[in-house]
Amino acid sequence: MSKDIRTHNLSIFVANRPGALVRIAQAFSRRGFNIESLVVSPGARGDFSRMTITAKGNQEGLEQIIKQCTKLVDVMACREHSDEEVVARELALVKVAIDPEHRELVLQIADHFHAKTVDFNENSLVLEATGSSEKLDAMVNLLRKYKIIELVRTGKVIMARGDRQT
Amino acid sequence: MSEKKINGAEALIMSLERCGIEMTFGIPGGAAIPLYDAIYDTRKNMKFVLVRHEQNAAHEADGYARATGKPAAVLVTSGPGAVNTVTGIMTAHMDSVPMIVITGQSSREMLGKDAFQEADVFNLTMPVVKHSYLLKNVNDIPRIIKEAYHIATTGRPGPVLIDVPKDVGTDIFTGDWDAPINLPAYKPEKCGYEPETLQKIADALAASRRPVILSGHGVALSGAEKELLHLAETLQAPVTSTLLGKGTFPDSHPLSLHGLGMHGTAYANRAIVEADLIMVIGARLDDRILGIPSEFGKNAVKIHVDIDHSEFGKMVTPQIACHGDAKTVLQDLQPLLKRGDTAEWLHRLEGFKKKWPLTFSRRGGLHPPQIIAELSKLTKGRAIVTTDVGQNQMWAWQFYQCDKPWRFISSGGAGTMGFGLPSAIGAQLGRPDELVVAIVGDGGFQMTMSDLATLATHNLPVKIILMNNHYLGMVRQWQDMFYDERYSSVDLEGNPDFAKLAQAYGILGLNLKRATDIPKILKKAIEHPGPALINAEVVRRAEVYPMVPPGKSLAEVVLSHPRRKPGRPAGSRNKTAAKRIQSSGKKEPQS
Repeated sequence: MSKDIRTHNLSIFVANRPGALVRIAQAFSRRGFNIESLVVSPGARGDFSRMTITAKGNQEGLEQIIKQCTKLVDVMACREHSDEEVVARELALVKVAIDPEHRELVLQIADHFHAKTVDFNENSLVLEATGSSEKLDAMVNLLRKYKIIELVRTGKVIMARGDRQT
Repeated sequence: MSEKKINGAEALIMSLERCGIEMTFGIPGGAAIPLYDAIYDTRKNMKFVLVRHEQNAAHEADGYARATGKPAAVLVTSGPGAVNTVTGIMTAHMDSVPMIVITGQSSREMLGKDAFQEADVFNLTMPVVKHSYLLKNVNDIPRIIKEAYHIATTGRPGPVLIDVPKDVGTDIFTGDWDAPINLPAYKPEKCGYEPETLQKIADALAASRRPVILSGHGVALSGAEKELLHLAETLQAPVTSTLLGKGTFPDSHPLSLHGLGMHGTAYANRAIVEADLIMVIGARLDDRILGIPSEFGKNAVKIHVDIDHSEFGKMVTPQIACHGDAKTVLQDLQPLLKRGDTAEWLHRLEGFKKKWPLTFSRRGGLHPPQIIAELSKLTKGRAIVTTDVGQNQMWAWQFYQCDKPWRFISSGGAGTMGFGLPSAIGAQLGRPDELVVAIVGDGGFQMTMSDLATLATHNLPVKIILMNNHYLGMVRQWQDMFYDERYSSVDLEGNPDFAKLAQAYGILGLNLKRATDIPKILKKAIEHPGPALINAEVVRRAEVYPMVPPGKSLAEVVLSHPRRKPGRPAGSRNKTAAKRIQSSGKKEPQS
């Protein structure tokens, strides 16, 4: 087994049929892979869905998963993409506890990461940020100095650059 | 169609008929009553067989498909009825056998409410089907049945399950009978290879001096046995086969090395070790074939031809992968082939065959291989043989000589005990004019013997040869070799009198105790016009050799009962049996 354990980006184009998600998830779980994030949304063709999956594991195991997913009756394409060949974005909503003393500091962090304040209360505010997963990690880490009440992230979505197909 | 209004259940049965399904196996139950009502009227083109357990229904459909090449349907009720088929579906899935499984389900409004006999069969079976449907709209029936048939029978075949809520079966059908298949992502390509790939294969074959061809189930599924014969004879290359590849190359052919792997021939295993090229056709290289995967053909050029792209590199990474149907690939390859220079290699292999022939003992009682060898001689290898799983299966594989595919029906990947009898019933129904023989063990037979009733009801002339050693023999053999001879839970005391049991069903029951009686008893059973069971009281401790111990490479074949055991359990602090007996002064238990 290869020791190269890193995070992989997979994009799957799949007919929008009952059970498709479970079949794909089973291809990972059966081989002991843990899915880190999974985004499903309608594709440009209404009867197809686009899935973006990030998962950690060795290359060998992942290649087998890609082949098994490709083999599924409902799957049109399953491709792995390196970080360099795609545009990758993620959205995060962070609910941070505030008191008058720290409010300014929190807003400064938000400003730095171009996050929007989408809800403002006496005791908390909700920030909305988009960008690469690494950028969101950085912002969340800074906010941890204050009290994060809740954190919701969409998981990564990717699109291949230029003429490449996602 | 007709002007008479029809319901979903009728539409479903009619759709199966329109696809060409001629045989259905099953048992009714609450949620399947509408479907069973639809088969009550005699069907022109479909026969229905009532079985005694749903697992058997699936194995019967499996045996039917393997004997005829045509899929059959399984029709069962919801909950336990459906869940009982899982072993049979998994068996078919592992061995790439086409099958349509229709399961009754609770009415739509009751789904997910823990209704009586409700089970989430769609999700329960997902890992063991090629594809599946939950039928929610009565008007989808013709399209879904067509799709199911198409998926089950094309590409790498497999089982497809359709879960049918009871009320969909009773809804009135108003849909389009000719609704087209809608499977935009399913492309079972027959040839996904470039012409250059064929040239590369031809060049590698021409350069090889020590080639071996490994033929698998895919050759049988694609009907490529003639092309395989042409390939082997043109190249003068020897052919070995997997368990399910048996018969794809004639056992009687001088180029045949017979079976490969854990209980394959010593000469086939040696040939793989020494080969400079291995061409794998329609085989998935499972662990029972490979020994140690990284050692398999370590110094050989490996060519892998398969219709399933995911097989390349799953166990072994080939230098040349050719994605396509075996028959198509071999046909396209023919014009590029050159006669090989393999005389020296064949001479060396001849030596191995003489040095390590398949043998068996004749001493100390009745030995199962004696019976199988005699059966092979009597039937001239023309019977359809089904097997159970374990020692009986390996002996049948080794000693039944057959020259055509679909004559040896066995649960390979799944290793499902109890497969022998129901698969023989299915095979006999599909091939009524052929002699069908089920070779079973006393362990497996007792798992599915309830279908003796089906055998008797239809008066199917299946001959059952029961190798009765009163043991779960293969486990006992492993415990002997690798577990300090601690025979845990393998003694099948309490076996019934099987000949009498057969007689209770009105089946001819015979006992075979002495080797000299083998021809007489076999003939008696074969000449009997109906079903017959031979209870063969065989030597209790007979073992299967050669054997490549698990976790060892194919170079490490054990040829006969080893004095020094080749393995012990990890962390074992037990005394070996010999030492235990010595120190306690006790005698070895009699058996």
